[in-house]
Amino acid sequence: MYELLTGIIFYISIGVCVVGMIIRTALYFRGLAWNLDRVAYKAFPKQGFQGAVRSIYKWLLPFGTHGWRKQPFMTVIFFSFHLGAVLVPLCLLAHNIFLEEKLGFHLITMPNLLADFLSWVAVISAVFIVLRRIALPEVRILTTWYDYLIIAISVAPFITGLLARYEVGDYSFWLIAHIVSGEILLLAIPFTKLSHVFLFFASRAQLGMDYGIKRGGLKGTKMAW
Amino acid sequence: MPEGIFCNKKPIETEEALKAFMGDTSGAQYYKEMQSLDVDSDLLWKTIQNTCKSRIRTWLEICAHCGMCAESCFLYLVNDRDPKQVPAYKIQSTLGEIVKRKGKVDNEFMRMAMETAWAKCTCCNRCGLYCPHGIDMGVMFGYLRGLLYQQGFVPWEMKIGAGMHRVYRAQMDVTEEEFVETFQWMAEEYEEEYVGLTVPVDVENADILYTVNAREVKHYPEDLAEAAILFHAAGENWTIPSKGWELTSLAMFAGDWAACKMQVESVYDAMERLKPKRMVGTECGHAHRATVIEGPYWAGRKDGQTPVPSIHYIEWLAEALREGKLKIDPEKRIKQPVTLQDSCNYVRNHGLREVAREILSYIVEPGYFRDMSPNKEHNFCCGGGGGFNGIGLFRHQRNKGLMTKRDQILKTGAKLVIAPCHNCWDAIRDLEEEYEIGIKWSFLKPLILSMLVVPDHMKPEE
Repeated sequence: MYELLTGIIFYISIGVCVVGMIIRTALYFRGLAWNLDRVAYKAFPKQGFQGAVRSIYKWLLPFGTHGWRKQPFMTVIFFSFHLGAVLVPLCLLAHNIFLEEKLGFHLITMPNLLADFLSWVAVISAVFIVLRRIALPEVRILTTWYDYLIIAISVAPFITGLLARYEVGDYSFWLIAHIVSGEILLLAIPFTKLSHVFLFFASRAQLGMDYGIKRGGLKGTKMAW
Repeated sequence: MPEGIFCNKKPIETEEALKAFMGDTSGAQYYKEMQSLDVDSDLLWKTIQNTCKSRIRTWLEICAHCGMCAESCFLYLVNDRDPKQVPAYKIQSTLGEIVKRKGKVDNEFMRMAMETAWAKCTCCNRCGLYCPHGIDMGVMFGYLRGLLYQQGFVPWEMKIGAGMHRVYRAQMDVTEEEFVETFQWMAEEYEEEYVGLTVPVDVENADILYTVNAREVKHYPEDLAEAAILFHAAGENWTIPSKGWELTSLAMFAGDWAACKMQVESVYDAMERLKPKRMVGTECGHAHRATVIEGPYWAGRKDGQTPVPSIHYIEWLAEALREGKLKIDPEKRIKQPVTLQDSCNYVRNHGLREVAREILSYIVEPGYFRDMSPNKEHNFCCGGGGGFNGIGLFRHQRNKGLMTKRDQILKTGAKLVIAPCHNCWDAIRDLEEEYEIGIKWSFLKPLILSMLVVPDHMKPEE
């Protein structure tokens, strides 16, 4: 079982995820239409690029925009969750040893203690994200079962990972569960709302280009996100 | 009855049809017919497949349902935080559903979508500034309006507006002759007071081509005179086009994209015919957006630019004051608490956030300007944008919407609101009528004129 999950199924999962992301990003930008979107992307590439970078950069900063500053609670739980969700899978030592073994390369690693901390923060933040969904009428009305499924897919690798880490009960069971949930996550990224992992940058870039080219950029106005 | 006599999928193309349509007072029969208007699902889905590309599809797909857009919407705030007014909900429950169901929606759904598109969104684009994914629901509502218009589900006044543009190339029944005659007549009226005042018509290679809002011709002709006096006082070499003089586009509010194209092309034709150095448009927000910001795209201009550089009236005014072409009598500057209404259409949508403030620095005594909060590109819609002001069916919702601006103004303590936008000006007039908060409102032209140092050559001999 372990062999299968860390062998062919792992290669399929990571391959589908990476290739899927590349294809979808390419399709996104190919699908942008200057006349339908009413943005002269090609006529002003420099202003478009600057607008895109600014639009992404500002929103990646906690409290970097009016929107984030307006909702401090959301900002804290959002960034706490995403910090763990991005860094732990990529920089966990065990993941990188695995990566080296399977793909022959590894990324920067973080101390295990930090990984533990970020994992707990991510899980706790996810709980608050769910509670926020239930508590706030303006979020509740938008919420569907699909949103909870996405949260479950995102959080399952953390929960199973922590249970394996602390060897609660049967270690090998939690390890298998962790690998399976991680692979489900990888497979889900290109095909579900989790596509925001990369489409966030695409969509933000598009609106940034819109503002950088059409909505004031050519007038020298940098939009105060 | 699938297609009604008035309520149908056909645009109004002739003067005769327009008159007959307007004969149906308040659209009584029109809205009755709408109750049984068929939805052409095949056409709807085909249109979506052809026009709904990756930007909007991705927006609909990746919306995280986080609700961070809620508080950005003045209609959500003013309607007691009704969850049904959350921008993401409004667009997901209308356009989102239509796409999801591949166009297979019924009459009742389309009427709900119509109310949502015209009475729950003014296309002010504020929500787009507050979405982490950069999802601009105002843009999507603009798109949805186009789909609804094509299917005949459009408020009565909007269909008239689009029809006016198709028939007259103006938002009202003002002909080319009427426009030129009215402008010249107004200049004659003020000729004795301002010596040498004339209205140059169709002059080629002028420095400025001036375009207006048909309402000025029809209802506020003094505005034309004021524009003429200020150009004359500034020593500008300006002209008006006898054809292609209308800057506005109710067709944009209606979602009639074909009429949008016809309208702006008439203005661009005038630019190409008369070859001015640049175009200056009157104090109107949506008109600037239609002709200067969106128009080039409707006309298929790949660089997104008008044939000659085109600016808003406030840009010309700021320049004329800055360069001393127009001089203000410091004694006559505004000495009462005054605030400024930022128009979404050229502030949030064209970055002109400092221009009007520069003008105020010349015409308001220091210490009297009170900014609204929020302001500039984060300002709230006046409450009547996107056609909301003009739709009788949704008057109640519009009046409720005005409360946001009312409260913003009250907080400043200002007694005068400067609104360099026809739509905002109307909304502020209406909110004063509705809520009587004791304010005055004004365009910039009359204020500038009241404190202008009239050049000697324009003064009548004693």
